[in-house]
Amino acid sequence: MSPTPAEYCVIACAEAWRDNGEVLASPMGLIPSIGARLAKRTFSPDLLLTDGEAMLVGLDGTPEGWLPYRQHLTMVTGGRRHVMMGASQIDRFGNQNISCVGDWARPKRQLLGVRGAPVNTLNNPTSYWIPKHSRRVFVPKVDMVCGVGYDRAAAAGPSATRFHRIPCVVTDLGVFDFATPDHSMRLASLHPGVTVERVREATGFELYVPDEVPYTREPTPAELELIREVIDPSGARDREVLGAGPIPGAAGTGAAKTGAAEAGSAGTGPAKAGDR
Amino acid sequence: MSDKTMSAQEAVGRLESGMTLGIGGWGSRRKPMALVRALLRSGITDLTVVSYGGPDVGLLAAAGRIRKLVTPFATLDSIPLEPHYRAARERGAFELMEVDEASFMWGLHAAANRLPFLPVRSGLGSDVMRVNPGLRTVTSPYADELTGVREEFVAMPALRLDAALVHMNRADRAGNGQYLGPDPYFDDLFCEAADAAYVSCERIVDTAELTKEAAPQTLLLKRSSVTGVVEAPNGAHFTSCAPDYGRDEAFQKLYATTPYAEFAERFLGGDEHAYQSTVQAWQKERHQ
Repeated sequence: MSPTPAEYCVIACAEAWRDNGEVLASPMGLIPSIGARLAKRTFSPDLLLTDGEAMLVGLDGTPEGWLPYRQHLTMVTGGRRHVMMGASQIDRFGNQNISCVGDWARPKRQLLGVRGAPVNTLNNPTSYWIPKHSRRVFVPKVDMVCGVGYDRAAAAGPSATRFHRIPCVVTDLGVFDFATPDHSMRLASLHPGVTVERVREATGFELYVPDEVPYTREPTPAELELIREVIDPSGARDREVLGAGPIPGAAGTGAAKTGAAEAGSAGTGPAKAGDR
Repeated sequence: MSDKTMSAQEAVGRLESGMTLGIGGWGSRRKPMALVRALLRSGITDLTVVSYGGPDVGLLAAAGRIRKLVTPFATLDSIPLEPHYRAARERGAFELMEVDEASFMWGLHAAANRLPFLPVRSGLGSDVMRVNPGLRTVTSPYADELTGVREEFVAMPALRLDAALVHMNRADRAGNGQYLGPDPYFDDLFCEAADAAYVSCERIVDTAELTKEAAPQTLLLKRSSVTGVVEAPNGAHFTSCAPDYGRDEAFQKLYATTPYAEFAERFLGGDEHAYQSTVQAWQKERHQ
């Protein structure tokens, strides 16, 4: 059976943690969680994972360390971490909003609040996972800057840019990065079956598209087997990508209910997932 | 050692309208819900609430007791958005100081250490600076050896509290408080940042009992930063209080989907004993 759209998303998320070394992988949402586990099982074995609560655990759930919130925050500011957050809105320079829609003083829709986005983005690599790529999410200007983008970091000075990095944005349509001279968003790869036109239509700002856009790489047979047989045998991944589409506030915040054996038992608990 | 035991009503009786009140726990985890319920039974209002928000914030917001809230979020964990907090925000019910989770912690650290602020990198470049126009920055007096840059940081102000409310697994009568779950959250900081701290617990035990089976590092609260001790079995309900009990997901769902007035009439009309009995009756009903 050829790879499904959800499986390309898993591969794309896993790639975010390639060559990261011995850092904490903090995936939020089910697909990033499967991706992080796949990366650890294959090309990034030194990654650290949590149980979604206060323990660092191996792939089989064996605790190897203690990470209560207060120490988690030091992992963030110490930089030994790569988080993949959700985004209710994201703009062309990677500014992200999970706080509220509308005027902050009296929001039309109160969402999660800034949570850990400001501290994450200024201190450790922060990627994003967006299960439904649309103009509602990819907006010209976010209503509240929670996660700091490249333009805002630059304007805020050297203390803001020093450890600021947004490695990638993974969506159901493709992979995006900021590898352009002005750090505006670039289409890095398309998931097989997706066209540049479709991405443009679903994006509410001008996207840099190189002359030749590669496709997201194929999973290896071994990776497919791991995803299907070991990490997510119940196929919960398909619900996150092909579902009716989550509400903006819950997008990629770990609210996804998971029947996934490994991802589920390893605890992708929403609270920790929600913020970090 | 003085005996600091008191009832929830006595603890709340020492609070006043207009106070700045810190509430421990995190989201829907080990919240001092019995103390919050006692607060709801009192007439105390106009509060500045400082909390990693959960249903404590939701209940107080729904009851109109909050004048200002200091928080990085309000969540029920398994239900990502706290519905009463959300409704209150959307009707502009109170003033909000929204900062990230780490800055919030540093604000408590500053207060506990009697410092006016602590420098944090987070906040810079984000709209936290826009929505909190009172936040100031501070420049390092030390230049970076390589770049010569003197970094600028946000000066997170101390979150000094008039009083703190927290819930522990165990405590002795003097106020030594013990957590037995995987995470202490920030309850020690809340107590140290406050002029008075009221600690509810699942069970009051003799001091010697505290370390009989548990390791010394579970002794999170020192009696020198605790004012009152309240025995409140199931006192974190419906939030989690590991290892004594997990979150009551079914009840939390009921809370989240019931209009506040209806919920309050059914569950919050009487004292804590009445609350626990009504919850038990509801649970029994459900399982029939």
